[in-house]
Amino acid sequence: MGDSRDAKRVRNRLALRDAALNLDLDLSRRDVLKIAGYGSLAAFIAACGGSTTTNTGITATGGKMSLGSYNTDPNSKAGTQAIVDAFTSANGGTKVTVNTVDHGTFQNQISSYLQGTPEDAFTWFSGHRMRFFASKGLATPINDVWDAVKSNYTAGFAASVKGDDGNVYAIPTDYYPWAIFYRKDVWAQHGYSVPADWDAFKALCQKMKGDGLIPIAFADKDGWPAQGTFDIINLRLNGYDFHTQLLTGKQKWTDPRVAAVYKKWSEITQYYSPAFAGLTWEQGADQLLRKQAGMYLLGLFVSDEFKASGSAADLDQLDFFPFPNLGTQYDAEKALDAPIDVYMLTKKSPTLSANLGQAKAFMEFVSKGSTQVLYWKNAPGSIPTANDADTSTYPALTKKAVQIVSGAQRITQYFDRDSRPDFSGPNGMQGFLLKFLSNPGGDTASLQGQMQAFWDSLPPE
Amino acid sequence: MANTTTSLAPARAKQEPEAGALVTRPKRRYTLLTRHDKILIALMVGVPLTLDLLLIWGPTLASVGLSLTNWQNIGPITDKNFVGFKNYQFLFSGYTLFWPAFLHNLIWLAWLTLIATPLGMFFAVLLDREMRGTRIYQSVFFLPVVLSLVVVGFIWDLQFAPTDGFINNALGTAKSSNLIDWLGNPRINLFSILIATSWRHIGYIMILYLAGLKSVDPSLREAAKVDGATEVRTFFNVVLPVMAPINVIIVVVTAIEALRAFDIAFIINQGKNGLELLSILIYNNSISEASLVGFGSAIAVILLLVSLVPIVAFLSRVMRTLA
Repeated sequence: MGDSRDAKRVRNRLALRDAALNLDLDLSRRDVLKIAGYGSLAAFIAACGGSTTTNTGITATGGKMSLGSYNTDPNSKAGTQAIVDAFTSANGGTKVTVNTVDHGTFQNQISSYLQGTPEDAFTWFSGHRMRFFASKGLATPINDVWDAVKSNYTAGFAASVKGDDGNVYAIPTDYYPWAIFYRKDVWAQHGYSVPADWDAFKALCQKMKGDGLIPIAFADKDGWPAQGTFDIINLRLNGYDFHTQLLTGKQKWTDPRVAAVYKKWSEITQYYSPAFAGLTWEQGADQLLRKQAGMYLLGLFVSDEFKASGSAADLDQLDFFPFPNLGTQYDAEKALDAPIDVYMLTKKSPTLSANLGQAKAFMEFVSKGSTQVLYWKNAPGSIPTANDADTSTYPALTKKAVQIVSGAQRITQYFDRDSRPDFSGPNGMQGFLLKFLSNPGGDTASLQGQMQAFWDSLPPE
Repeated sequence: MANTTTSLAPARAKQEPEAGALVTRPKRRYTLLTRHDKILIALMVGVPLTLDLLLIWGPTLASVGLSLTNWQNIGPITDKNFVGFKNYQFLFSGYTLFWPAFLHNLIWLAWLTLIATPLGMFFAVLLDREMRGTRIYQSVFFLPVVLSLVVVGFIWDLQFAPTDGFINNALGTAKSSNLIDWLGNPRINLFSILIATSWRHIGYIMILYLAGLKSVDPSLREAAKVDGATEVRTFFNVVLPVMAPINVIIVVVTAIEALRAFDIAFIINQGKNGLELLSILIYNNSISEASLVGFGSAIAVILLLVSLVPIVAFLSRVMRTLA
């Protein structure tokens, strides 16, 4: 008797669990809520009305506009808010509604977001990720804005915002180079000097190992940090053209040149942090901060981590050098990863036609050096892109970063921004690189075969 | 339910002669249900059925349809998007992560079935003996069940962290050169997260089983005791058979837990490097920025087919008990 009553109760409970079983359903429900959220936001904005003062030019003052932002960590969120506030007061009181979405979620949902009812403007990346959505007609070209502001940018940045159709789709606002970071005090203590080439680099690693340091901090739990090493070795060994062709499918992953990258890479993996596949990049930065590691190949954003968990004195000790030359003809390119963050205009925003003037005024505003410096003051790991940015307040580290980027003949955006997102993700390149790193000395032929097979399976873009 | 309806119906049928007045065909089968009953039944069956079709079978069939395309969540689906069984073909022959993920789900199932679930049952049996402080033990073991799997994932992520995690520091391996990479070593990380899963699963099974044990008629045990049966013998020959309905539920819960495994592995490292699971492959391929909706749907269809096995087993069992 009681038996069956219990069974029934448990069965009911089970039915509840069954409902939770359908993963798709769960997420689509969340999507629906989200879409409803965007919808009501748009309705709210539409209902607000407000007076729009339209200028004769491409921009307008007053009125309102909306911005979808992925800047969620405290530093960059404060930076975005500073930009928005400055824009409002400079543009006749334009009311900007900012919708901040968690960085990872924003990226994962970007496709649905841009096709649904997005905000007028949004934060995004340069490179393949920008061109892809532009070519799908989900972004509004802003050639007119660019014509007005392009004198404020170098040719490298100009190239980074063009879509496949030649139109301009974005305004670059900040970037950060990837390089090998170290602590000046640790190096001075052991008498290390910046290695001139690959052999000197390996010798330095060996010396650090003898001194009880982890020569190279490496942390790949998140999967993407290893892509930075792949990028730079491929750029130095095989050149910019091969690298970009490889990442866009015009070269094969089975190419012996890819095998050469792996082989070169395997020469330094013995110097990596133990248990690196279980470490986050922050834990890797911590090894450098706490003087346990001698070097760390990462983006300039490592300085944010020094700022957050170290002292000002620690931040002053941080320095870097570009990845050593490998003795090929491509050393002269001085190529490096320097991902550029941009602002773009959406296409499907229900309010964009009404707010186009304000949105374009915003794009013009973020292209100013003075605006970008506002953001940089909050997030020092991101360097302003505009020529007229006031560089006088830059600390030595930022100045040096500007210097190595401007000295580079070729700039790439980082693997996951230059290649297709379906290839570069956790079940694609991230997984392949982790597989390589679990047995770096082995033959990579079958791994390369798997990579090419995965690439070939992807639908045409 | 059905009994009460039929016992009430004849009384009302007499009050409503129009049901009989409609008899133009004399051979029409006599019904005990009034129009009111019929409307009620239609509503009670129809509304849940519509919701079920709309919210469960609609998306399911859509997934099956999408699995035959290479749609990327952009623009309309046109004829050009239909690629037949290409997704399945690549899944089985070329996609190196599918079989590992499948195997990991099987290992998950085996671990839960052979280790976590029996442990939970064992705890339930121990706690059923009304030992001192049984309430405290019960609360301690049940506490993790209250937490969502995402929280469980975060907790164990911190415990297992190589250099600053509790476990390596407690074992004294955090400083040594051969520290144990619980989450990064693809040979052991699956078992690390299985420990985390068990931490929650054991409590869940324990509480389900304890509820069942409490309802076993004590006279059965006394009779067994009088007959001179040992504790172990009493459990396996008397209590376990009586608990048959609960046992089925435990088995199904375990199977479903193994098939829907997602949260912890995803929190740890988005399901790569030895933590691939079918559910995560679906997510990473179709819902993430990758947007390979067609390919992800093909994996989802496979997972659906696999899931149907325990579901059908469970339903057939339920229907047999109801019949």
